[in-house]
Amino acid sequence: MSSAPVYNFAYLDEQTKRMIRRAILKAIAVPGYQVPFASREMPMPYGWGTGGVQLTASILGAGDVLKVIDQGADDTTNAVSIRKFFEKTAGVETTSLTGDATIIQTRHRIPEEPLTADQILVYQVPIPEPLRFLEPRETETRQMHALQDYGLMHVKLYEDISRHGHIATTYAYPVKVEARYVMDPSPIPKFDNPKMDMCSALQLFGAGREQRIYALPPYTQVTSLDFEDHPFERTKFEKPCGLCGATGVYLDEIVTDDQGGRLFVCSDTDYCEGRRGHETDGGVL
Amino acid sequence: MKPPAISPAFHDVSRQSQAVFRAIMQAMAQPGRTGLLDTGFETPAPLAPGAAAILLTLADFETPLWLDATLSASPATTDYLRFHTGASLVSDPQSAAFALIADAERAPPLTAFSQGTPDYPDRSTTLVFQVGSLDGQDWRLAGPGIKGETVFGVSPLPAGFMQQLQENNACAPLGVDVLFASQTRIAAIPRSTRIMEAR
Repeated sequence: MSSAPVYNFAYLDEQTKRMIRRAILKAIAVPGYQVPFASREMPMPYGWGTGGVQLTASILGAGDVLKVIDQGADDTTNAVSIRKFFEKTAGVETTSLTGDATIIQTRHRIPEEPLTADQILVYQVPIPEPLRFLEPRETETRQMHALQDYGLMHVKLYEDISRHGHIATTYAYPVKVEARYVMDPSPIPKFDNPKMDMCSALQLFGAGREQRIYALPPYTQVTSLDFEDHPFERTKFEKPCGLCGATGVYLDEIVTDDQGGRLFVCSDTDYCEGRRGHETDGGVL
Repeated sequence: MKPPAISPAFHDVSRQSQAVFRAIMQAMAQPGRTGLLDTGFETPAPLAPGAAAILLTLADFETPLWLDATLSASPATTDYLRFHTGASLVSDPQSAAFALIADAERAPPLTAFSQGTPDYPDRSTTLVFQVGSLDGQDWRLAGPGIKGETVFGVSPLPAGFMQQLQENNACAPLGVDVLFASQTRIAAIPRSTRIMEAR
């Protein structure tokens, strides 16, 4: 492998890391506010977690243990390739065990196992602006955040109720941070929203294409938007996980045959395997 | 005449600045909690290694740097910071991304520095105070990053600094973020932290 290119530790050059690190500190100081940053071209396409990868690369140290999940799973293409990327460019130890990881990069889920104060959760974010689909102009949304003008978001949720009888948003469900900024929690299921509130771990959000970083320090108040007569409700599942029998966890539907057979199993593969005593190696089928 | 040599800084920039950054990030994410700042290099007086490590980790050609009178009067210090960070030194505190204060007791008011704008509250100055001790118990802190309340205190500081921090917090999301560095330790009070007198 002597002909392989030699990268700086964790791929990014030091000036890029400094720029991202400065943005991270501002994001922590103003929880929920989206800090612009000069996102770099990464050796993977947009949509594959370039924002999350740049955050991880900027905070990662030689002693860290990295876990990467994609929709809760450690063994999907996106998770495997990002894990391999950091094994190669930073030489860090990687794991699939939530409890062993110091940094967890995630796409669209929060692990079922409660996080600790020693851990950092890095989210990959496609569209960081919660108001973007209501108001396409950045100049306007920026002013709306400055003035706390969030009426439009409540109108959107109200229209959900008038059309469907309940708030039909099930993922990327908007939250309010410390009674100030409305924030997009990234496309996690709304089932995971309550886990963000007063979480012990530092949570960092990175959107590469949209060039934004935002953050939730530990023990930060995160409230899902709702109405007094239509309070926020967490998704409930009628049956337990078909593999480990867990209840109160987020389940994925898996089609098992062409006869209409289906199975509901934990979306968090590490949690499910842990409950089954790690007797299986990876995949559920 | 041979000019005086500038003393070296990080010997392994990537790994050492990462370790310092994690200490800064943890301090900012957990206000009032002190962390270790392992520097391993010497700096020309009156610049202290802890504060220097913070600037070496965060400052570069993109971030104008403001120094207090004590530091800017020392050519060894200004040469050292110019050489190692590449940051331009500015005399107007409003235009600074970072401000370094060695003589904490005679620090200018927090409002002298850039507070950011309502559209871009991130465009504010981050202040670094070189201090003696982070072990005080004068203040109670609460807010994001703090489970319940925590007790914290810094010395030396100018008189009425707690009121300044309270006013800074009252203006959030506008306002400055403050880092405190002793010889080997670091703590922070970002604008989001509420400060009260200890009971």
